[in-house]
Amino acid sequence: MDSLVDASKQALMLLFSGDATLWTIVSISFKVSAQAVLYTAVLALPLAFILAYGHFPGRRPLIALFNSLMAVPAVVIGLTLYLLLSRSGPFGNLRLLFTQQAMILGQMMLCLPVLVAMGHSAIQAADRRAWETALTLGASSWRAMQTLLFEVRFALFAALIAGFGRIIAEVGSSMMVGANILNHTRNIPTAIALETSKGEFSQGIALGLVLLILALLLNTALTLLQGRGEMIA
Amino acid sequence: MLKNVSKTLFIVLLLAAMTPLNAAERMIRLATTTSTENSGLLNKLLPPFEKQTGISVQVIAVGTGKALRMGRDGDVDLVLVHDRIGENSFVAEGHGVNRREVMYNDFVIVGPADDPATVSGIHNVAEALQKIVDSKSLFISRGDASGTHKKELYLWKILGQKPAGDWYREAGQGMGKVLQIAGELQAYTLTDRGTWLAYRSKSPLKLLMEGDKRLFNPYGIIAVNPARYADSHYRAAMEFIAWVTSVEGQTVIHDYRIDGNPLFIPMAVPVP
Repeated sequence: MDSLVDASKQALMLLFSGDATLWTIVSISFKVSAQAVLYTAVLALPLAFILAYGHFPGRRPLIALFNSLMAVPAVVIGLTLYLLLSRSGPFGNLRLLFTQQAMILGQMMLCLPVLVAMGHSAIQAADRRAWETALTLGASSWRAMQTLLFEVRFALFAALIAGFGRIIAEVGSSMMVGANILNHTRNIPTAIALETSKGEFSQGIALGLVLLILALLLNTALTLLQGRGEMIA
Repeated sequence: MLKNVSKTLFIVLLLAAMTPLNAAERMIRLATTTSTENSGLLNKLLPPFEKQTGISVQVIAVGTGKALRMGRDGDVDLVLVHDRIGENSFVAEGHGVNRREVMYNDFVIVGPADDPATVSGIHNVAEALQKIVDSKSLFISRGDASGTHKKELYLWKILGQKPAGDWYREAGQGMGKVLQIAGELQAYTLTDRGTWLAYRSKSPLKLLMEGDKRLFNPYGIIAVNPARYADSHYRAAMEFIAWVTSVEGQTVIHDYRIDGNPLFIPMAVPVP
C-alpha cells in the first residue's frame, strides 16, 4: 500500500509528464461542465429575473422550490435521467444514454437550482431604481433587464462559479448517465472513483490535484474581478 | 423577451440533440463485470480487435446483475458476464441471442494471513465457510447482485445458512473495492481468481482456500436481441463475439498472465 506522500509524488509526475489518458479525462470534465454551466446560465438568468421582479401567483413557493432543489442528491438526478433516457424509457430513441450529452443534461439539472437561487438573491439585492430608470429612459423591458443584470454582474459571476463548482466535482449523476466509458464519458470525478476502487491511488490523487488547482484558479480570478469591481463603483 | 428566451432554449435543445448523430461511426457498447475490467484483461483484449475491425468498443464495467439489466433495456449491444443461471434466463426470456462460452477461472477465498478461522488447506468450500461462521470471523460480501455475489449466495444456500450477524458485512461495491475493504478490516472474502491476482501485490490478504468444483466461474458473452432493438449494433457486436471466441482472441486470453499465473482459461476453442 503506497503512502499518501508517495501517491502525491507519483501524481505530480503523471500530471507534468503529460499522461495522455489523464489529460483526456481532464478535458472531458471541462468540456462537459463548461457547456452545462453555459447552457444553464442562459436558462437560469431570465428565470431568476422573473422570480425577482415578476408579480404572479405562486412566486414565493417557486423560490422555495428552487432553494430546496439545491439539496437534491446528484444520484437521484442521475437515476431519474437514466430512466428517462434508457432505450426502454420515454426518450430512449434519442440514444442519449451513456453520452456526453446525457452528462451535460444531468449537470444542467444540478446546476439550474444553484444559478436560479443565487441569481435571484443577487437580482433581489440590486437597486430597483436601475430598473426603473432604464424603463423611464425608454428602454424595452428586455434591454432594462440586461442593464440590471449588468449592475449585479459580480454576484452573478459568483453564482456561476458556485454552479460550476457543484457540477465539476459531482460523481453521482455522471457515473449514472455517462457510465464512466474511457475516452468518452470518463471525467475527473468518475475516474477518481474508478482508480480508487482499483487501488491506483496515485492516479486518483493526480486527478484530485487537477480539480484543486482548477478551483484555486477560478476563485483567484473571481477575487480579482470583484476587487476591480469595487474600484469602479 | 419570452420570444428570445424560447429561441435560445430551442437552439440549446437543438445543439444537444444534434451531436449524437456524429457519433454514429462503428461502435459497440459492452456491459461487462468489474472483474474483467479490474483484472486488466480488457486492456489486452480490446486494442487488437479495435485495430483490426475499426469498431470502437465502449466498456461499461458494472456488476453482472446491472450488466444484464442494461442489455434487457437495450442500452448496450452485448454483455460479457459470469452468472450461468442469470445468462440462461436472459436468453430464454428473449433479451439476448447467440450466447457463447468465452473463458473461465475459479473463485477463491482470501483472508487475513493469520487465518483465525483456520480455513487454509481445506478443499471443501462448505466446510471452509462453516468454519468462518463458527469462529465469527469477519466476512465481507459484495452485496451488489454481481456474479460473485450470486455465487456467494449460492454457496450459503448449499450450506443451508443465511449469513447474519456482526461478522457478516455487505459492502455493495465492486470486487477491487471489496478486496481493499477486506484488507483494511482483516476479513475474509470470496473473489474471482483474476481480480485476486491483479490485486495480490497490493493486498495484505492471503489466498487461503481453493480447488472446490463448486467454485467454477465461467464467463459468457451474449448479443442483445436485435429483434427487440432494431437500432442496436448487432452486426458489430457479433463481430466482437466472433473475434473473442476465435483462436486469436482466445490466445490473448490464454497469454494474459500476472507473475506467470493465468487469470482466465479460454474455453471457446482449443488454443494451439
